[in-house]
Amino acid sequence: MHATNTLAEADRLMTLCNSCRYCEGLCAVFPAMEMRREFLDGDLNYLANLCHSCGACYHDCQFSPPHEFNMNVPKVMAQVRAESYAAYAWPSAFAPMFEKNGLKISLIAALSVAVFIAGFVAWHDPAALFGQHAGNFYRLMPHNTMVVIFGAAFLYAIIAMIMGIRNFWKNIGEPASTLTQGGSLWQAMKDASTLRYLDGGGVGCMNDSERPTDNRRRYHHFTFYGFMLCFASTSIATLYHYVLGKQAPYAWYDLPVLLGTIGGIGLIIGPIGLLMAKRERDPMLVDESRKGMDVAFLVMLLATSATGLALLVLRDTSAMGLLLSAHLGVVFALFVSMPYGKFVHGIYRFLALVRYAKEKRMIESGEAGTA
Amino acid sequence: MVDFSKRYDVLVIGGGNAALCAAISAAREGASVLVLEAAPKFYRGGNTRHTRNMRCAHDAATDTLSGPYSEEEFFDDLLRVTGGNTNEDLARMMIHESKDMLDWIVQQGVRFQPSLGGTLSLGRTNSFFLGGGRAMLNALYLTAEDLGVAIAYEAEVIGLDVENGMFLGAKVKRPEGETYVRAGALVTASGGFEANKEWLEESWGPAAKNFLIRGTRFNRGTVLKMLGAAGVDQIGDPTQCHAVAIDARAPEYDGGIITRLDCVVFGVVVNKHCERFYDEGEDVWPKRYAIWGRLVAGQPDQIAYIIFDASSLELFMPSCFPPIKADSIRELAGKLELDADALEKTLGEFNAAVKPGTFDHTQLDDCRTQGLAIEKTHWARKIEKAPFYAYPVRPGITFTYLGVRVNHQSRMMMADGKPSANMFAAGEIMAGNVLGKGYAAGIGMTIGSVFGRIAGREAATNARN
Repeated sequence: MHATNTLAEADRLMTLCNSCRYCEGLCAVFPAMEMRREFLDGDLNYLANLCHSCGACYHDCQFSPPHEFNMNVPKVMAQVRAESYAAYAWPSAFAPMFEKNGLKISLIAALSVAVFIAGFVAWHDPAALFGQHAGNFYRLMPHNTMVVIFGAAFLYAIIAMIMGIRNFWKNIGEPASTLTQGGSLWQAMKDASTLRYLDGGGVGCMNDSERPTDNRRRYHHFTFYGFMLCFASTSIATLYHYVLGKQAPYAWYDLPVLLGTIGGIGLIIGPIGLLMAKRERDPMLVDESRKGMDVAFLVMLLATSATGLALLVLRDTSAMGLLLSAHLGVVFALFVSMPYGKFVHGIYRFLALVRYAKEKRMIESGEAGTA
Repeated sequence: MVDFSKRYDVLVIGGGNAALCAAISAAREGASVLVLEAAPKFYRGGNTRHTRNMRCAHDAATDTLSGPYSEEEFFDDLLRVTGGNTNEDLARMMIHESKDMLDWIVQQGVRFQPSLGGTLSLGRTNSFFLGGGRAMLNALYLTAEDLGVAIAYEAEVIGLDVENGMFLGAKVKRPEGETYVRAGALVTASGGFEANKEWLEESWGPAAKNFLIRGTRFNRGTVLKMLGAAGVDQIGDPTQCHAVAIDARAPEYDGGIITRLDCVVFGVVVNKHCERFYDEGEDVWPKRYAIWGRLVAGQPDQIAYIIFDASSLELFMPSCFPPIKADSIRELAGKLELDADALEKTLGEFNAAVKPGTFDHTQLDDCRTQGLAIEKTHWARKIEKAPFYAYPVRPGITFTYLGVRVNHQSRMMMADGKPSANMFAAGEIMAGNVLGKGYAAGIGMTIGSVFGRIAGREAATNARN
């Protein structure tokens, strides 16, 4: 009846939860659950991606282990989520990327860095790699080459993720028209950008124990907004280059450098904080088999910002060549691995929030069957 | 680590809502407090784990309550459910104090939400805990810990030293061995004896073996029994317990809310001989669910079967186990291991007796049978549309009524009519003072919080003097 044992277990849990409903005020998952009486695979994938893994329902549940009903919603939802990422992957031949994801991502990253080093050496006199270029990256790699390589990698990532989105939307059985509802999109943006449902219903998430903390939300904000600032920095630099004809390197007070520096610092603090929170997390809530994927993504983000900041600080020294290789290698690896790693959690969760925004309006207007 | 050698101001026995409210309130009065919970940490809190709301009087609607609920209305409801079996003075005091409880309990970290899906009928009177009873407990425990309350789990009190109504110390069994604790005052909030089947058998006979216990296995009434032996005045009918009909497939203990079934009014209920034994449509379900435990307990082998058809399947809240399903009554009887001829006969007679009417499950409608020995007086519809469904049900015991008598200070009264020097009680162990029989949703938590808070405060004062 269900595609996997994990989905069958999620069905069992949701059926039990639906006959209790004590947790309905904690997050979006339970009100969405109450709109249903039976749980198909698509429903469960939707609910799992709606779950922010705050852990509150585990500590609030009178039936969590060691109770014989063995209700562990956050863990099972994490497992369903991870399985769903693989199921939606495009091309589907790459779905196994999600198995032993941590190892594969590190291999891709190491390989990318190595290729950039080798490329620079092959292109130039090996000495150029260790020469001083006064912060001028384009001496090692012409701007247009950089744009072609990274544009292609980025475009590939975007296409692969759009195909994943299609698969997700079809699987949960939501009409495409929902994605054009401005109200639902706006609500989802607000819910996602504030991590509204990572707060255990108001007090904070329950990570290492039933004592709530807001650390994960805080560090996720550092990470997400750090990433967005870095993205903005790159976008503005591109505009500088093509629209204003202003070439890098830019001074420390110029917008791309400022945004990149602030974002980079966020992208150092955030991933470190999240890695620490992950280490402290109650083992009962952790899907051990997918821990590598989470860690790999955080480490990749951390490596991106660390190499980027190091490059900024040391761009006038002879270390620039190696640092540039390392930074470009890591960023390249980040792009190409995006559709096959933890990055996709943000996309599917956002989409689940769009659907939930629509369903929430139905609940509030009394249109929904509340079983 | 809990220091057992220290003499505490206040010793609290129990670990549920009443116990924690007492511990917090005593600690806020400056007392040193030790809480002894017999259960391991996961099962802490007794019946509170399974609760979801409390009933408090309030003058106006709030964010989470849909309208006012006056003290007078609360008292009328209490009179109605108990049939007058209440101590009016204590009850009125509790109801008055319940008003302030809505604020006080929030100050202790408990959070409320509007009434849960499927419980709209309680939205005005009852405040629902965000995350349910265990979330409420977790909040109280965190607050108690922050106040420096010492809490020991798997610490079962096996002996009480009481001299002329004065508590001296308690013998405690822990995984590490036995130890003795002294304290200036005692608050017992250790619940009833619903999980003590030998005790239940004293009143119910061997039938009690087939009872399911909706809460934890730790509510054994040990302390209640010891208090009786120490000369504390008892109150409440020792033979009575609150019982509802729950899914017979539920575990023996701790099945909680999800084993309840709300479909009696939509079908017929038969015993193992396929005979109906009570009017399933007597009144709306919230007013009748509490009689079905006792009704099923009176049937052979304490088992019964709710039988309905496809037309009713989605009219009630889902429960934890799916109904047993069959394409014919005969097949259903086979799956239930009932006599197929007998079941067909009972349902045939029932269907033949159903009079035409306009079905409306939201109110007392005019669908009824005519000509049966036991009529179904509302919501009677022919059971004829396949597939057919059944839930096996057994009595599920929620709580017991026997307790200790207390006064306005929540202070225990001795059998000789004198107040105890330093012993207090709160929660289910003294609920019989205000709830002599019957039940109204959320009132157990009101009793626990209000008397817990008073008991803790008075015990702290008592210990200081």
